[in-house]
Amino acid sequence: MNQHFFDQFLFIALPYVCLFTFFLMTIYRYRVQSFSYSSLSSQFLENKNHFWAVVPFHYGILTVIVGHLIAFSIPRSLLAWNSVPWRLYVLEVTALAFGILTLIGLVGVIVRRATSTKVRKVTTVVDWVLFGMLLVQVVTGVSQALLYPWGSAWFATSLTPYLWSILKLSPDISYLAAMPWLIKLHIVLAFLIIGFFPFTRLVHVLVVPNPYLWRKPQVVRWYRRGVKKG
Amino acid sequence: MNIRSQVSMVFHLDKCIGCHTCSIACKNVWTDRKGAEYMWWNNVETKPGTGYPTKWEDQDQYHGGWEKKGDRPINIRSTGKARVVPNIFHNPYMPSMDDYYEPWTYDYQNLFNAKEGADQPIAKPISMITGEDIKVEAGPNWDDDLGGSPIYAANDPNLEGLTEEQRLQLSSVERLVFFYLPRICNHCLNPCCVASCPSGALYKRGEDGIVLIDQKRCRAWRSCVAACPYKKTYFNWFTGKSEKCILCYPRLETGQAPACFHSCVGRIRYLGVLLYDADRIEEVANLPDDQLVEGQRSLILNPFDPEIIRKAQSAGIPDGVIESAQRSPVYKFVMEWKLALPPHIEYRTLPMLFYVPPMSPVMADVNGDLANHAMDGLFHSIDAARVPMQYLANLLGAGNEGAVRYALGKQLAVRWHRRAETVGDIDRATADRYLREANCTIEEADEIYRLTSLCTFEDRFVIPPMYREQAIEMIREPHEQKAETGFGFVGGPRRGL
Repeated sequence: MNQHFFDQFLFIALPYVCLFTFFLMTIYRYRVQSFSYSSLSSQFLENKNHFWAVVPFHYGILTVIVGHLIAFSIPRSLLAWNSVPWRLYVLEVTALAFGILTLIGLVGVIVRRATSTKVRKVTTVVDWVLFGMLLVQVVTGVSQALLYPWGSAWFATSLTPYLWSILKLSPDISYLAAMPWLIKLHIVLAFLIIGFFPFTRLVHVLVVPNPYLWRKPQVVRWYRRGVKKG
Repeated sequence: MNIRSQVSMVFHLDKCIGCHTCSIACKNVWTDRKGAEYMWWNNVETKPGTGYPTKWEDQDQYHGGWEKKGDRPINIRSTGKARVVPNIFHNPYMPSMDDYYEPWTYDYQNLFNAKEGADQPIAKPISMITGEDIKVEAGPNWDDDLGGSPIYAANDPNLEGLTEEQRLQLSSVERLVFFYLPRICNHCLNPCCVASCPSGALYKRGEDGIVLIDQKRCRAWRSCVAACPYKKTYFNWFTGKSEKCILCYPRLETGQAPACFHSCVGRIRYLGVLLYDADRIEEVANLPDDQLVEGQRSLILNPFDPEIIRKAQSAGIPDGVIESAQRSPVYKFVMEWKLALPPHIEYRTLPMLFYVPPMSPVMADVNGDLANHAMDGLFHSIDAARVPMQYLANLLGAGNEGAVRYALGKQLAVRWHRRAETVGDIDRATADRYLREANCTIEEADEIYRLTSLCTFEDRFVIPPMYREQAIEMIREPHEQKAETGFGFVGGPRRGL
């Protein structure tokens, strides 16, 4: 009985609270505190270890997130891809490799922030909490790849339906009942990070500069708007 | 033809005394804040020297500006469009604080709170970043007045192309020479910082050409810092936003000269409007190195030409601005007299701050204890000047001596002419010969003399009307604007959340 309520709290209530917070607060913050949307780069203060920490982390995490999104959005295609063994192996090894790259980068980021006195000055408590959450999340993710292999298959069959059920507002946690605690932890923490997202430096993800590649090189702003355009 | 107006500047290097008053005025008004301590939107460098940040002119190190390879169109040398995405996490050419200096203050409290001891207490230098003890090893004017010149001046990138003998002469005690180079943002016509910003946060104001960074759109991708070859965009390490010289636009809009201009002790600074043809910027920025100086001049339009005036009016430039362009001292220095030259135009950003090259010290012919003025001329030939022509050409002529020689020759001619007029120990014919050689008339020489030596505030700063009151009406409800006393809702620049 208790277990039931606990599961309902963790996998139904918490996701909705986190998603609601995410959407409400990112929009609110963008409207009221748009100045605070920044990647808050510390490359200027410490430029020697920056490359070896930040670059592996970003390339790693981006690939891993794209992998999760693929499993979430096109599970059938993914399962079709996995139907041939060597293709499954390629996918799994790639996922694990980028997971480990993320972990190495994240550890690098944390060590760099902890050891450089200048960078420590621009690192807040929120940053440390976030790094802690990300570290646990990446460690649990990599552990799953090692302990419960063929994640690209069972994610698509068990987790994708759950995630869609959340999105469709008819949550169904029966898919999760049999999951090991490691995977449950990964799921809960994922939602917590999403909920925490608007209060952290992570918001820079939402302002990636996509128009740059298409715009003209020079930008001119006119006050006499409507009279003339630059 | 697409006529625009640009608030432009001339710095007369022959008048700069290197007092740093401009830097202090700017620092007090704009950058005396957390995160901006190390920034000097206006700084004054000793030349030869490595400047601030150290060796900023060495683009093999900083990769600033535009690069031209063969016949292909120019491209941003640091991170252009193709390279910005893979390099967005770590900018490969981002200077770090070590390239500038770590700002410091002194622990003055120790003078009051130190325990009683055998020695006098001292105020130790402490870092303004970490608050910890710091060994001060660099500063914004570390090589001021040639301090440490064997290390600093000897590494000046402008020494390229100078013979070994010239380099030795520059640093030999008997011929030691230096001049000052005050620097602010050049508010370029083809700004590399603007073109490099992934967020589109940097922009050039259409009405006056001032280059600004939208603080709310800057996301700290740091591209502008790497891209600006003059290193005049700075990264605020605390707010996580880039900042730069704003040409004191709040002062300009109320008819006052920028703080650095206003406070200039040597009165070296001139400000005025230039009209230019924006349609030809791209074409000019792609010209070969030796045509860039002339090319940039060809962009600037004659504000007295009725045809230009008509087109400027139809382009929406107010009559007040056109009238201001006609009185612009910058137009005289750059276009009529051709005395002022753009710095390092080979970076191809088309800077709109121009420098009048400095004359080297006036020397008497010393023979033993006798100072003999009856040498071939009263003034040195510009070729015998202590600062080699090639050095100035590297700084102000993209390596070509022609334009620099012309500007120095004309300044020399003005001196001969004024000497003949005021002292009279030179015959008129000699002065006229120099004027003729320098392509200068007596009227022009007198005008140069007046604007150089006797210039008033109103002569130096011809600030165009900016019509901001009309501009505001187009984009805001006047009553609302009035209720907010014109500031809008002001929030302090907080870091993150």
